[in-house]
Amino acid sequence: MARRSLLRPPGFDELGLRRAMADRMLPFLVAAMAFLAALALAGWVGAATLAQHWQHGAGASLTVQVPQPGDPAIGRTGPDARSRLDRVIETLTATPGIAGAHALSRPELGALLRPWLGGGDAALLERLPAVIAVRLAEPPPTPAAFAALDTALRRSAPGTVLESQGLWIGRLLALARSLQACAGAALLVVAAVAAAVVAVATRAGLAARREAIEIVHGLGATDGFIATRFAGRATLLASAGGIAGALAALPVLLALARLAAPFTAGSAAAPASAGPSVAGIETFSGSLPVALWLLLPGLPLAAAAIGFVTAQVTVRRWLRRLP
Amino acid sequence: MLRFDAVGLHYLSGGTPGPDVLRDLSFTVPEGAFRWLLGPSGAGKTSLLRLMYLDARPSHGRLHVLGTEIGSAPRRALPGLRRRIGVVFQDFRLLDHLPVFDNVALPLRLAGRGEGQIRADVGEMLRWVGLQDRAGTHPAELSGGEQQRVAIARAVMARPSLLLADEPTGNLDDAQAQRLLVLFRELNRLGTTVVVATHNETLVARYPARALRLDRGRLTEVG
Repeated sequence: MARRSLLRPPGFDELGLRRAMADRMLPFLVAAMAFLAALALAGWVGAATLAQHWQHGAGASLTVQVPQPGDPAIGRTGPDARSRLDRVIETLTATPGIAGAHALSRPELGALLRPWLGGGDAALLERLPAVIAVRLAEPPPTPAAFAALDTALRRSAPGTVLESQGLWIGRLLALARSLQACAGAALLVVAAVAAAVVAVATRAGLAARREAIEIVHGLGATDGFIATRFAGRATLLASAGGIAGALAALPVLLALARLAAPFTAGSAAAPASAGPSVAGIETFSGSLPVALWLLLPGLPLAAAAIGFVTAQVTVRRWLRRLP
Repeated sequence: MLRFDAVGLHYLSGGTPGPDVLRDLSFTVPEGAFRWLLGPSGAGKTSLLRLMYLDARPSHGRLHVLGTEIGSAPRRALPGLRRRIGVVFQDFRLLDHLPVFDNVALPLRLAGRGEGQIRADVGEMLRWVGLQDRAGTHPAELSGGEQQRVAIARAVMARPSLLLADEPTGNLDDAQAQRLLVLFRELNRLGTTVVVATHNETLVARYPARALRLDRGRLTEVG
């Protein structure tokens, strides 16, 4: 009874597309595109992860050293004269992109230096510069703002040293964002090339099955009917290629994730010496960022969507030449 | 049903209009009529049929097919009209990759009929044209006459409102040609408008009917 209600036998190929749209070349080319897309995605996610790590880790703070912190700062004199330390803190907290500045107390400084200096020399501590721990806000100051801050601090308290770490972190963040943009651009280029590949394959199919298309068109097939046949075939082949490409990229991405693991403290990456034990493999698979695990299955879906839309557009445009 | 008002046709050659292949044709074929389409080779019979089965739009004049003005009809309106027109082509135009059954079933599948009905109707049609044992055979394995019978079965399968045939008896023996004309007459009697282009004057003499006669793209006789 169910068979009687079918409008069309499953897999019925009116236009002979199984022979016309090659079942090897198109999936192979789409697989290559999916492989490249997976690498670009990994680059995008990796750059984003590193940027986040730098930003919220080492990059989120910097230190300022103020020699002779108790001496008066340059500028105002008299009863309201401020110490160099106070003036530096005042300048820091007034700077956009800085969330807070905390001058380490002598006991805190002593605790910090105890591994190197021991704990008994209070006089030495008195001679050391004051150290200010600065927390950066989001977004952090730009490199230009860092330079301006450095100048302002040196003007009010000469000899003050602004740790350049923040500046470098800012530069690294800019680099990471540029890498993300490049990865995004690479993804777009890969998608465009995949669409071009599908369009060429579809045109080849149209040329090969021109007579059959004209016959079916003459029998009353709509443009949508013909385009859907092509789109179905292109979607099938493109998704097969997408799956193959994503699977082929997986071991490469896992290997890259292992190499990148030392740069992301606290990640679940296995040590490089981990053997192929079951536990090792589990840890190893956990080394990919969650975002990448979520995005990778999207590659076959994206390939299928590109195949479907490109074939539909190509066939409908081609059919306009028929009356 | 079919109305031609000063219709002309030229084909485009490299984007520029070629010479007129049909000129100033004005005639009407009423619903349920039977017409022979006669004329020597190159007279324009096939071009005239192409206009009728909507494979070309007129370059001049106004053409009405099944109540629709073809020159101004939107493209999306034409597939539905085409499904109401059956055509027997001189070169059969069968789909080589499909077996006989699927070739004949194609108009029904395009019309969205259910597979159960398709199986029954196509089986009956193949019995009628004597090809019930060849349902699974591909066209390339058939003789010219058998291919022509498949083309005829496909053309009449969906009970079209308008049936057009271009030299339909060219590859048939006399008995098969007569059976075909009987079928066309029967469909005509049931209300289908039929236009048959042929060189076969014997057939025309045996089944007398009104005729459209073409010569060098012009109508010389409207019967």
